Amino acid sequence: MEKRVTFRGWLLPLALIAPQVIISAVFFFYPAGQAVWQSLFIPDPFGLSSQFVGLGNFEFLLSDKFYRASFVTTAVFSTLVTLCSMIPALFLAVIADRLVKGSGVYRTLLIWPYAVAPAVAGVLWLFMFNTRVGVVSWYLGQLGYDWNHVLNGTEAMGLVVVASAWGRISYNFLFFFAALQSVPRSVIEAAAIDGARFWRRFFTIVLPLLSPTAFFLLVVNVVYAFFETFGVIHTITGGGPQQATTILVYKVFSDGFVGQDLGSSSAQSVILLIVVGLLTVIQFKYVEKRVHY
Amino acid sequence: MNKQFLGALAVTTALSPVAAMAQTEVQFWHAFTGRLGELVKAQVEEFNASQDEFVVVESHKGNYSETLNAGIAAFRAGEQPHILMVFEVGTATMMSAEGAIKPVYEVMAESGASFDPDAYIGAVKGYYTTTDGEMLSLPFNSSTPVLWVNRDAFEAAGVDPDTDLSTWEKVGDVLEQLKAGGEDCPLVTAWQSWIHLENLSAYHDVPFASQDNGFAGLNTELMLNGPAQVAHLTAMGDWAKDGKFIYTGRRNEGGANFRAGECALFTESSAGYAGISSEAEFEFDVRPLPYWEALVSEPQNTIIGGASLWVMEGHDPEAYKGVGEFLSFLSSSGVQASWHQNTGYLPITADAGDVTRAAGFYEQNPGTDIAVIQMTAKEPTANSKGLRLGSFDQIRGIIDEELEAVWSGEKTAQEAMDSAKERGDALLRRFESANQ
Repeated sequence: MEKRVTFRGWLLPLALIAPQVIISAVFFFYPAGQAVWQSLFIPDPFGLSSQFVGLGNFEFLLSDKFYRASFVTTAVFSTLVTLCSMIPALFLAVIADRLVKGSGVYRTLLIWPYAVAPAVAGVLWLFMFNTRVGVVSWYLGQLGYDWNHVLNGTEAMGLVVVASAWGRISYNFLFFFAALQSVPRSVIEAAAIDGARFWRRFFTIVLPLLSPTAFFLLVVNVVYAFFETFGVIHTITGGGPQQATTILVYKVFSDGFVGQDLGSSSAQSVILLIVVGLLTVIQFKYVEKRVHY
Repeated sequence: MNKQFLGALAVTTALSPVAAMAQTEVQFWHAFTGRLGELVKAQVEEFNASQDEFVVVESHKGNYSETLNAGIAAFRAGEQPHILMVFEVGTATMMSAEGAIKPVYEVMAESGASFDPDAYIGAVKGYYTTTDGEMLSLPFNSSTPVLWVNRDAFEAAGVDPDTDLSTWEKVGDVLEQLKAGGEDCPLVTAWQSWIHLENLSAYHDVPFASQDNGFAGLNTELMLNGPAQVAHLTAMGDWAKDGKFIYTGRRNEGGANFRAGECALFTESSAGYAGISSEAEFEFDVRPLPYWEALVSEPQNTIIGGASLWVMEGHDPEAYKGVGEFLSFLSSSGVQASWHQNTGYLPITADAGDVTRAAGFYEQNPGTDIAVIQMTAKEPTANSKGLRLGSFDQIRGIIDEELEAVWSGEKTAQEAMDSAKERGDALLRRFESANQ
């Protein structure tokens, strides 16, 4: 039987939800509406004149094979960032969970990278992998590997993925660690008495119990990879070489703020909105079914 | 935006010295930090001290793109500055913004400040002048590409550092010798599109785009896939493949390598002088940008890069009078000569160059006049006056991408430039329809 609170009038409930509605309207619906509206025009940068083109901006974008390629780049990038930030985080959390002593220190140290702003993280990784003066690229050179992310698209992609995932591992670690702490000891002990070894216990008991957390992190990390990795890409590759690391949100920035093409930039935002919306729907519809709360 | 702007305004006014009530304020937004920022500040302070009618307030608004964006956003909010610094790539955007800008010739005429359009060096002013010869924005910092030589690296590789580097054919032979002598970074460049396409075209008197490189109209198309450009890029691509030309990035990343003494030759702006002379711990010298002997018997002029000052619409006539006075002050020989000597930027008036020469600066700092000579030796043609293309920042991005495909050997120079033309033309058509 569900519990329901019933209000007698309309006034109080409306007043209670008003702050949330107003904030959403001002900071979300209004700007999103503006983006949709502007995507139908080609304006000049100064806002002096603007020409209605209907769906012309979308047509222009979708007929551009580089824009279409950017979808693939984004898919590859987001998948890799999500995997590279979740799997190591889970691994580290499992290990930290087994520590008897010093887990506080370990935990604190692991959280640090999260405090580093994406753009700064980008610069940091850029220095290490700089083709001429980077420490890592120098060692790679000693091993006979010629690192050059300035011209090699695969290496550039690898570098931005690592730089984006790095700080995110901390965030995911925190959540996994907290979730691990709440796995009931009694269940694990029972399995241990039945003779299940560590990894078997992990895959059959712990992992299913972690699934709500993992699902939450999946959604959050995909959104992160789509929208917040911009700073890393801007500082490390600027979308290059060629267009190897131009993800959708980076193109929104470069067309809107560098190219002053607000019409195309708005149209791209709308497309991005639809893509992320669809992704989230898919995640909730299909992935969530396999999650045990 | 608005709030940020007000905040910035509050800070700058609080910091500016005496802003007495009677003085008219002139806002000046620029993109300079560090040494250049200090020099701009000094110019402004000198102007403010020289008279008591106007006070110029300078504020730094980020890099070139960010400054332009700040100006545009401020205009949309009705809070635009009087003077906005815009890099040369943004020229077409500003020109098309009728109603947002007030042409400099108009400002000068109305303000009654002294202004002689003929005093400015043709190749510099041409970039910012209409086809009828009317100056739209005031050239501020202009530079042109030259060839920097690390003499120590030449000697280490057993190559005579005084060897002739005037043509790319000769440079090609020298690269071979440097490589053979154990040099693992014979040539680097900064700003590849600006130097190896835009300037290359002007220098060999071939068009970069139709309609006089965009000066004659918005219905322009790129012509960077012509035989001259393709020949040059093919050679560069071959050098990249052989490890004779090292690609370091789209901007001036190569500068760090050259200044650290890692590379023998460096194509970079003449304004690299300030950085190279202060950091380089090796003997260097400056040579004119090489040309292809197979294409021309002698080179045309090179074109400029840098920024100019645009006056924004929507202020009081009194303020424009101040703007006029300030721009006139900036153009005076003394101010220009010291700017030119301190930064390596070109003087904007012929007079400033003469003052510098008379002071013996070029003899004490050999090579500093090469950029001036290279720019002014010949009267600019329709192909070498400059470029005026819409969405040019984005087009340069496309060119960068296509050049990367050439350097990595994925495309031939012809394929890459054909593709750059096709993609760039699509943006030019879009710009044309946005500004009709």
